[in-house]
Amino acid sequence: MEALIDIALIPILKVVVVVFGFAMAIGTVLTWVERKQSAFIQRRVGPNRANLGPITAFGLLHLVADGIKMILKEDIIPDGSNKVLHMMAPALGLLPVMIIFAIVPFMDFYCHGTNVVIDGMDYCFAEGGIGAGVVRLDELANPLYNPRLGHYFQIADLQAGLLYMFAVTGVSVYGAAIAGWASNSKFSLMGGLRASAQMISYEISMGLSLAGLLMIYATIDVNDIVREQGDLLFGFLPAWGIFMQPVAFVLFLTASIAESKRAPFDMPEAESELVAGYFTEYSSMKFAVFSLGEFVAVVFIAAITATLFLGGWHVPWLYADGFHFGFDAWTGGAATTTAEAVSAYAAANPPDLALPYPLVVFLRIGAFITKTILLCFLQLQLRWTLPRFRYDQVMHLGWKVLLPISLLNLVVTAFFVLI
Amino acid sequence: MLSQYVPLLWLLGLAGAVVGGILTATTLLGPKKPSKTKNAAFECGSGSIGDTRQRFSVKFYMVAITFIVFDVEAVFVIPWAVVSKSLGWVGFGAMGVFLVILTLGLVYEWASGGLEWD
Repeated sequence: MEALIDIALIPILKVVVVVFGFAMAIGTVLTWVERKQSAFIQRRVGPNRANLGPITAFGLLHLVADGIKMILKEDIIPDGSNKVLHMMAPALGLLPVMIIFAIVPFMDFYCHGTNVVIDGMDYCFAEGGIGAGVVRLDELANPLYNPRLGHYFQIADLQAGLLYMFAVTGVSVYGAAIAGWASNSKFSLMGGLRASAQMISYEISMGLSLAGLLMIYATIDVNDIVREQGDLLFGFLPAWGIFMQPVAFVLFLTASIAESKRAPFDMPEAESELVAGYFTEYSSMKFAVFSLGEFVAVVFIAAITATLFLGGWHVPWLYADGFHFGFDAWTGGAATTTAEAVSAYAAANPPDLALPYPLVVFLRIGAFITKTILLCFLQLQLRWTLPRFRYDQVMHLGWKVLLPISLLNLVVTAFFVLI
Repeated sequence: MLSQYVPLLWLLGLAGAVVGGILTATTLLGPKKPSKTKNAAFECGSGSIGDTRQRFSVKFYMVAITFIVFDVEAVFVIPWAVVSKSLGWVGFGAMGVFLVILTLGLVYEWASGGLEWD
């Protein structure tokens, strides 16, 4: 029974909450936000007609109305198209951005033991077992996943987390490429070609820009990367990725927006040239699945940027037992056992503002969701602020600007990490 | 430690079921009134001219080939990045040679016009 809960019930619950309750829900609401935001920017009213009697909820009911309308529309499959691929392409567009949420950490694992904060890192000890026989801090590693000790606020705690992300973003090219090929329309084909060329071009800068971050944190486990960002630089500045790797932050955000084919990089679906690009020949819910995939990708880019560069679930200076505004260096002290050393350190470094652990958990999840939503807004704001590039400019930016800068950033980071 | 991948199976199954369900539902629920004009590929309202599966610009192949080179580079760079602290200057030197060779390749391709789109 216990095993069943651990391997089936909890993962399924996490999938439902994270993918359907968080990613798809925010993605759906973003379609409304985008229409309303563009309306404000262009001094229009925006969607406001759908109603249940007197209730319009600022046009939010358009989401329901759109869904019902889309699913009842005729599903047109053009003559001469490849029926199977035409049917598969929307699924291949949406599925990767859904399964990529497996690695997004909403919080550190929930500690059922004793929390001790040592030099900007939270350590979780099982009751009574404070690191038996370990004296050096680097041997005092965080425990690996153990359901008895804590549960992760993450679907799958993968040690190869970022590799999984790279793998899935690689697969996400297929949706657009296959949709363009299968539709038997020249606009679709051009859109699909542009989409695949653009996505593979920016994938390289995306991977190389993160390499600098991996050097600094020396891990590809997403949880460990976030944990490392709890450290303090110069004793006061949170060691977030954006402060450690400002260039990589800009490169990564640019490359991932280009990767998700959104404005100002929406060449594959430029309506003034290609009608709707690779999904020109899609109607009904299949069209909606493509556009939902795009918005869920926006949520993922926001979530992973917050995770890697903005401290993930960290609230600045907030640790497992409350706010700390500075730490003594860990020396191990004069104590002979780690238990004594840890206790002595904890006694000498009490939190400046103690908070109960459940409140800290709540604040951290809130911080992560707030960061994600702010970054979603940033992406929508970019879309309605910047004009669209020309295709040669997109490729120029990818190969001649982002790629050399990310290589340079990599070498400079490697140099400074080793000094 | 393969057990950490088990949740991925649930995720893939549930997400696949939902997406498949949406696509099946829209196929079943919508009306079916096909006609020759409606099913024609969209080409600004006029009849379709010529075959769609025709040849396209060689530049897309150039991008794909260049992509393979640099993606393989990323495959080598990322493992080095993770352990670069422990590899020290020896690793830095070895990767430096590798990166210089690839950068020379990029410079060559750039100079010979392989990255131009006009």
